[in-house]
Amino acid sequence: MYKISLVKFLTLLMFSLTFTVNAQHGDNEENHGSAMRPEGDIKTEIKEYIEHHLLDSYDFSLYSYETDEGKHEYVGFPLPVILVDNGLKVFSSSKFHHGETLAEVDGNYYKVYHNKIYKTDAQGTITYDEAHDPTNVKPLDFSITKNVFFIICISLFMIFMFVRMGKSYKNGMPTGFGRFMEPIILYIRDDIAIPNIGKKHYKKYISYLLTVFFFVWIVNLLGLTPVGINVTNNIAVTFALAIITYILTTFTANKNYWKHIFWMPGVPVPMKIILAPIELLGTFIKPFSLMIRLYANITAGHIVLMSIIGLMFIFKNWVGSPLSFALATMLGILELLVAALQAYIFTMLSALYFGSAVEEHDDH
Amino acid sequence: MEKLIEQFSLGLFFWQLLLFVVLVLILAKFAWKPILNSVNEREEGIKNALDEAENARIEMQSLNADNERILKEARAERESMLKEAREIKEKVIADAKEEAQVQANKMISQAQEAIESEKKAAMAELKGQVAGLSLDIAEKVVREELSNKDKQLKLVESMLGEATLN
Repeated sequence: MYKISLVKFLTLLMFSLTFTVNAQHGDNEENHGSAMRPEGDIKTEIKEYIEHHLLDSYDFSLYSYETDEGKHEYVGFPLPVILVDNGLKVFSSSKFHHGETLAEVDGNYYKVYHNKIYKTDAQGTITYDEAHDPTNVKPLDFSITKNVFFIICISLFMIFMFVRMGKSYKNGMPTGFGRFMEPIILYIRDDIAIPNIGKKHYKKYISYLLTVFFFVWIVNLLGLTPVGINVTNNIAVTFALAIITYILTTFTANKNYWKHIFWMPGVPVPMKIILAPIELLGTFIKPFSLMIRLYANITAGHIVLMSIIGLMFIFKNWVGSPLSFALATMLGILELLVAALQAYIFTMLSALYFGSAVEEHDDH
Repeated sequence: MEKLIEQFSLGLFFWQLLLFVVLVLILAKFAWKPILNSVNEREEGIKNALDEAENARIEMQSLNADNERILKEARAERESMLKEAREIKEKVIADAKEEAQVQANKMISQAQEAIESEKKAAMAELKGQVAGLSLDIAEKVVREELSNKDKQLKLVESMLGEATLN
């Protein structure tokens, strides 16, 4: 399936390339101003494309193209929009027509502006304040967006695969998929959970660690496919993961953990007073760093990768374009590594924080 | 930072949190628990099997050592039994020899004693008979010779001379 999408994607890229070249060619011959596409235009187009790719959207579209009549055609399907605005409003995102029109629900009008839904009047007027931010009412938005849809898909996929794997253990030995996954599961248990948390307490956290590792890994990997729905470059997603780590750490922590935060043993009293706020702040900074690290790594990877792919259309010559193609390929391979690495780091650090929460200091 | 906060979508956060917690709970119950349990069981099984093999090896070793020891003991016992038997044999022979010697000596001395006493008895009888005979002779001689004085004297003299010879 990905293969077909890849072919489509590449065809699309080729198509847009030839189109631009043709347009410029025509411009030179006929000197027709309206068909002109200056260099800067492509750059902004690429920039917008990258930004668009990194954002969430209300419908599931693989790609869009322009027909001969100049109309945008989208390949994909709409998703449900769920708003809390004087009661629950549920409607299909097809009402927005990809942000081109207003959606009218129960006499209220909603408009998608900069990827957010605003409540507007029947004309779709958006009012701005001095900083050019919209002042319209933003209803509480629990829509099943593209990312939410993808998270559901991945969750179902994981449930399907791992529950099946669990069932294949009836004879004590895994079959098929399990044979590949078992060493990874054992690695997480033996090299991440047990050394950091300890044999006594690791069982409490192992389910979370395994789930978070495979979730982040699979999401990162699928984010690299041309379907290109990357969930982990949304700060909301990494925030949700980090907050679970924070909550688990805080609520399973023993007396020792709190003692080390508020009244550090083994240091003089003035030091204790200075250390307490620093340590307390540290408990927030740790999951915060988890959130930012995952988000930033994946987002940066995608921006760089897509920029280099975009360079091909800016160079448009026999040296630059293959060069950036080769570079993009290398970077793609590197991103595969980063996908696994970030999953590993997130799991590892979560385990480390859990370990500090249940650590028992018998030595002092 | 401002852009990050602006980008933050509460809806996405809510769904991610909800879906992820549900995912963790489902996987914990239906996937991780059975997987880790059977892996643990398998590891326990392997460990037990290894331990058992080790124990069997040690037992085997001790059995071997026992066998060796028993063999050694048996050999030593045989040695000592043989030695004892040899000693007994020698002792028996020595004892028998001594006994025989003593018996022989005793018999010899008895024989000597018997010979001596027989000799004494024979001598005594002989003496008696000689005395009787002498008396008889003397009677006859006396009777005959009393008639002849010379003859009497002569006889006495010869008889005495004979007597001293004895």
